[in-house]
Amino acid sequence: MSLKKSLKSKSLKVIKLLYFASIREALDSQGESLDYGEHCQDISSLLEYLKSRGAPWPTLLGASTPVLVAVNQVIAQNNEPIQDGDEVAFFPPVTGG
Amino acid sequence: MIKIQQHDFNAGEEIRKLQNRAANVGAVATFIGLVRNFEGHEPLDKLILEHYPGMTENRLRAILSEAESRWSLLGTQVIHRIGELSVGEQIVFVGVASEHRQDAFQACEFIMDFLKTDAPLWKKVLTKNGEHWVEAKSSDTKAAAKWY
Repeated sequence: MSLKKSLKSKSLKVIKLLYFASIREALDSQGESLDYGEHCQDISSLLEYLKSRGAPWPTLLGASTPVLVAVNQVIAQNNEPIQDGDEVAFFPPVTGG
Repeated sequence: MIKIQQHDFNAGEEIRKLQNRAANVGAVATFIGLVRNFEGHEPLDKLILEHYPGMTENRLRAILSEAESRWSLLGTQVIHRIGELSVGEQIVFVGVASEHRQDAFQACEFIMDFLKTDAPLWKKVLTKNGEHWVEAKSSDTKAAAKWY
């Protein structure tokens, strides 16, 4: 592997996580910056990583509690790829109006 | 136009502005949402409205632009309040101006239906027994689905 390629594959991805409403309260945080490295390629792997952090993540992301994910302010599915600099938001189904 | 704000709005003024958007405005339809005194069976003290700054405005802009592509509209206005609101206070204003009433009526309902299901806003209910987040209703999802 060339030096350039190896540096690239090891470079950190920094994304911004945002939490709203009941998710924000459960985590007691409005959001964070996350250096999550190369093992998280998409929403699905990001969710697995967050669950691995332990409580309250596994409960929050468990099937019984719906959590919506938006990437750069657009609702995303689990196979949505994540890129350096993305804004990823977690929130419950909306109830405005 | 879209406004997300803490302070109250003057519905009469907003209607007048919609009436004056163009000389051929022949109809203005509006919806105003208010804080009810009961949430289910529980007397309500206050509502707290939270939103996702940026995404809320983007989603509402997309809803208005979809409404403009479906009906012949001369003006639209959405105002949604955030923060702490007491019983009887205004939460949301949707106003639509058009030449003919059908466009205004339908677009107003369409905008409100999608605001309910697509715009990232959340309500928390405060009662004397405690507080809880309002759960999304399947009837709202159904109301929006009728436009597909």
